[in-house]
Amino acid sequence: MRTKNDLELVSVTKRYGSAVAVDNVSHLFAPGAYICLLGPAGCGKSSTLRMIAGHESVTQGSILLDGRDISKLPPARRGTAMMFQSYALFPHMTILDNVAFSLKMQGIDKKARHARAFSLLELVGMEALALRLPAQLSGGQQQRAALARALITSPQVLLLDEPLSALDPFLRLRMRGELKKLQRELGISFVHVTHGQDEALALADEVVVMNNAVIEQSGTARDVFNMPKTEFVARFLGGHNVISLQGQRFALRSDRLRLVDAAAQGLDAAVTSTEFLGTHVALGLMGPQEVALTAMIPEEEFYAAPIETGASVRMGWNDQDLHPLSA
Amino acid sequence: MHRFMRSPMAASWALASPVVLILTFFLLLPIGMITALSFWGSTEFSIYPAFQFDNYEYLFGSSVVRAVFIKTFTFAVITWAITLVIGFTVAYFLTFHVRTLTWQVVLFMVCTIPFLTSNIIRMISWVPFLGRNGIANKTLMDLGLTQEPVEWLLFSEFAVILAFVHLYSLFMVVPIFNTMMRIDKSLIEAARDAGASGFQILTNVVIPLTKPGIMIGSIFVVALVMGDFITVRFMSGSQVANVGRLISNDIGLLQYPSAAATAVVLLCTVLIIIAIMLKFVDIRKEL
Repeated sequence: MRTKNDLELVSVTKRYGSAVAVDNVSHLFAPGAYICLLGPAGCGKSSTLRMIAGHESVTQGSILLDGRDISKLPPARRGTAMMFQSYALFPHMTILDNVAFSLKMQGIDKKARHARAFSLLELVGMEALALRLPAQLSGGQQQRAALARALITSPQVLLLDEPLSALDPFLRLRMRGELKKLQRELGISFVHVTHGQDEALALADEVVVMNNAVIEQSGTARDVFNMPKTEFVARFLGGHNVISLQGQRFALRSDRLRLVDAAAQGLDAAVTSTEFLGTHVALGLMGPQEVALTAMIPEEEFYAAPIETGASVRMGWNDQDLHPLSA
Repeated sequence: MHRFMRSPMAASWALASPVVLILTFFLLLPIGMITALSFWGSTEFSIYPAFQFDNYEYLFGSSVVRAVFIKTFTFAVITWAITLVIGFTVAYFLTFHVRTLTWQVVLFMVCTIPFLTSNIIRMISWVPFLGRNGIANKTLMDLGLTQEPVEWLLFSEFAVILAFVHLYSLFMVVPIFNTMMRIDKSLIEAARDAGASGFQILTNVVIPLTKPGIMIGSIFVVALVMGDFITVRFMSGSQVANVGRLISNDIGLLQYPSAAATAVVLLCTVLIIIAIMLKFVDIRKEL
């Protein structure tokens, strides 16, 4: 079903000389959703985002927003706004002037644009710092200011380029909660590029996994995590073991691997490491044919019968937890 | 004394002493001597120690001196304006239009190569070009743009300013290029994302962020032009005077006290100009 704010890629290709960054990608993004473009460095996720934003030309194909082709329009006329990785706040302007910048470019008078900028600073809880310069703010505060600046044009789609990577881990968790909350309140689409699978799973209504210039898989976070189509997706999202049984590759969640009796169905493995993770203990295992496996054992179960590194164990699973992989 | 040698103050003074000594001997002492000399008296054939204001009275009273100072300012302002436009344009091109760092470095080196020769040679090389039967006049006449050779090309104020611009443009290019290269390219994208046109990006983002470099280049150019005498002498064919030539003439006539007084006034003038310029722009983060 098509809605007002549909964002769609139609056979989009990006080439830099002979190198292909994005290869014939077509995708209809979920409307009004929090979307995470997830993938390793160089997979084409940033190029895709920058093409949507208009900071990179589209070699071939179209980008549709709300039914019109925006791929040839200048960035400000697309209905998108971008928040940059380093926030890109103008260092010589106050936060208020930074937020009001695009209104100034439209020729709106000072009083009106400052009033509007102030209301956006209130939205992100920054009204008290409106007259500071960017260098006088912390990373989290700069990010909120950048967010307010991007939102002042009332975009249909907000594009975020690795927005959390410059923050320390504690602040990263807090800001990701705020991003999600803001997206819910505004009801517009957020397209968030990240290489952190935990970030993507935590935030996204729709996860789009990219690798080697194409989309490997997309869907809800839960579907992508529980039903990875390919070995790449299973490995990149983590929390999975990839095992071969009867010539077929399967993904098996590491928390579904259990310690079983020697007689039960399963694999023999040697324990190579144990890591206490709080709720679970991660067992590093070396299975048959030198296959490295990881098993997550609930910590009380592990400490009921502790296992030393080097011990031999037998690992079992339920067959319905085996998820066949296509590649 | 013993206690001082062990104190942390002593280490600080010891570390600072080379610079203090150099500045004392090569800057403060000469300026002090020139200042002292400027109060001496002189006759046609002798100079004598004194503390009198005759030299300054003459400087501030003479309409010729005033005219020469105004001429010097005029040269400085015109040269500053032209070198600023050239310097900013070149730096902007190198920073924002040349895509790769390699080409930026290569083109920047190309800009600096002429400066490997002496500035006297660069200046004199204009003479055969601009002269009465020079290349410029030949070309103009061949093209039929003039019948007679253009007289004001050489040995004129035009020639002086042309040489100044040629000699000092690089001093504008280098600091502006240096500042511009440090502008985060994502700021330009952010401005474009916010709907700024090319011209709006220039006036709202690039120029404000380049101000410290512009100011450093301006200080170089103004100080160099205000203190110059050789360019004015060569390129004007000794027909135009500036403050540097006043000083050099006085020295030629062995009127050292008068030359010293003129030098002190010139020094103060340049310092005041620079102080005013620094009032507008904070260059500390560029240093």
